[in-house]
Amino acid sequence: MSAPAFIPKNRYRRRRDYFRCFCWIAAVIIIFLLGLIIDEIFTKALPAIRHFGWHFLTSSEWRPNRDLYGVLPMLFGTAVSSLLALLLALPLGLAVALFLSENFLPRPLRQLMRMIVEMLAATPSVVYGLWGIFTLVPLVQHYGEIVVHHCGWIPFLHGPAYGNSLLTASLVLALMVLPTIAAISRASLVAIPETLREGAYALGATRWETITRVLLPYAAPGIVAASILAFGRAMGETMAVAMLIGNSQRLTLSIFSPSNTLSALLANQFSEAEGLQINALMYAAFILILLTLGTNIIGELVLRRTQRALGGGS
Amino acid sequence: MNPTSINSTELLPSSSKVTPSGVTNETFIKVINFDFFYGKKQTLFNINFAIPSKHVTSFIGPSGSGKSTLLRNFNRMNELLPGVRHEGDITIEGRSIFDASIEIIALRRRIGMVFQKSNPFPRSIYENVVFPLRIMGCHKRAHLNETVERSLRSVALWDEVKDRLGENALGLSGGQMQRLCIARAIAGQPDILLMDEPCSALDPIATAKIEELIVELKKEFTIIIVTHSMQQASRVSDLTAFFNFGKLIEFDHTNRIFTAPIEKQTEDYITGRFG
Repeated sequence: MSAPAFIPKNRYRRRRDYFRCFCWIAAVIIIFLLGLIIDEIFTKALPAIRHFGWHFLTSSEWRPNRDLYGVLPMLFGTAVSSLLALLLALPLGLAVALFLSENFLPRPLRQLMRMIVEMLAATPSVVYGLWGIFTLVPLVQHYGEIVVHHCGWIPFLHGPAYGNSLLTASLVLALMVLPTIAAISRASLVAIPETLREGAYALGATRWETITRVLLPYAAPGIVAASILAFGRAMGETMAVAMLIGNSQRLTLSIFSPSNTLSALLANQFSEAEGLQINALMYAAFILILLTLGTNIIGELVLRRTQRALGGGS
Repeated sequence: MNPTSINSTELLPSSSKVTPSGVTNETFIKVINFDFFYGKKQTLFNINFAIPSKHVTSFIGPSGSGKSTLLRNFNRMNELLPGVRHEGDITIEGRSIFDASIEIIALRRRIGMVFQKSNPFPRSIYENVVFPLRIMGCHKRAHLNETVERSLRSVALWDEVKDRLGENALGLSGGQMQRLCIARAIAGQPDILLMDEPCSALDPIATAKIEELIVELKKEFTIIIVTHSMQQASRVSDLTAFFNFGKLIEFDHTNRIFTAPIEKQTEDYITGRFG
């Protein structure tokens, strides 16, 4: 069975096989590395897990000198700072996404704006932290005192007001997750078929009505996914938060008080930790990685379902 | 090249002393010396004609002949695109639609539009139909319900969907979706209905239904339909305008266009020699 002369031998086949092999190895290494990291953290955390069990999550004592460890204040700080950041960034990010997806601006200007927003994501965390220390901290301190003076009776706003506080960290986090929200929301807005926009305009809808009644409902699942991914990013964000949140291990309910997050706790304590404290930090790291991984997986699932729905719906 | 069949004094087909359906043939929409440009490219050249009310007028012509472009000028949809401009004028009942005192939103509420591809909003059937009323600020339940029933009956969709008005409109079949879009377009009781190749994505049965509908709807609306199907134009329309290369070549009663066209180009097109 010799091949007809006009079909040449497949000279690329061997090269293609090598490449496929290389890709497989790379993929396996990535999965292996992730598994290795989680395993390492879990193993190092195991003494603390055995020692404290679930109590680790519900205790608000973090006293290295007495070997007492509990991360409730950090869990609370992580959740509140991320939620607050999301609350601040969502309206702004959505506005940016709309501004960059609808024809408010001529196209070249739109591209430029998009690049600038994406540059926010490329700014190193420590730079945000530094900016926060010298700009935001005095501002929050100043206005915080005013708010506490007038509205201190409202829950979460009681004093005294500190510059290095939950609010300061949330503000910087909001800025840092803004590009995530804007980019993913924009993608889901751009994916809306042009015929829907035209349909709304042709019925005499204003731009506002078109956006609020047709575009946003259509893009809602994508916006939800954007929020979840942004939340995940805010939870894991470390450097800027560690520089601004005040690193207090006490559980306080005011946004003007110093607080702490899991990630900031790790960044601040690993260098001087020894003995059981290392295991406790590893336990905290294990919780953090579960939280961020979980959030990201949920976000990705929502996003994928959205894309499938958009693809099938049209 | 001139639209010779048009009587210049009344801008109506020369033979239209009595219009086919016997109703009043007063001029409703008038296009006067109309030029249109996308950026530097001119796509419509000196269009002049008048469309009577309560008739079906079809626009035929090869792709790129400018028929859709002209259609989208009647409700100023072209203005959503960057870099477009026009010269000349279009009037409806004697008033220029480009007049500074005309509010574009109000204009579009008087003119319903049905698109090539059905575009129901991803909401319930009910909410799709009442969309024009909602944006006009009407929230009276009784009036909304009545409009839904009336509009869906007009497009012969009521019996098919009356038990599932709350379901998502995207679950309907292609033909049903397009009829829903027509119902939505007429829910706000416009005067004019623009249809941009409304059947091009539909099967023959769904197409036949829409065509029946068009004949029925002309009792209430002035209908302008862009179509690639000459059979469709001859079946549904009273008047036909033939466009080529951005020019109006001929405008006349549909049966005259298809039986005794004056222009050579028209004849070539309808006999399938090009296009």
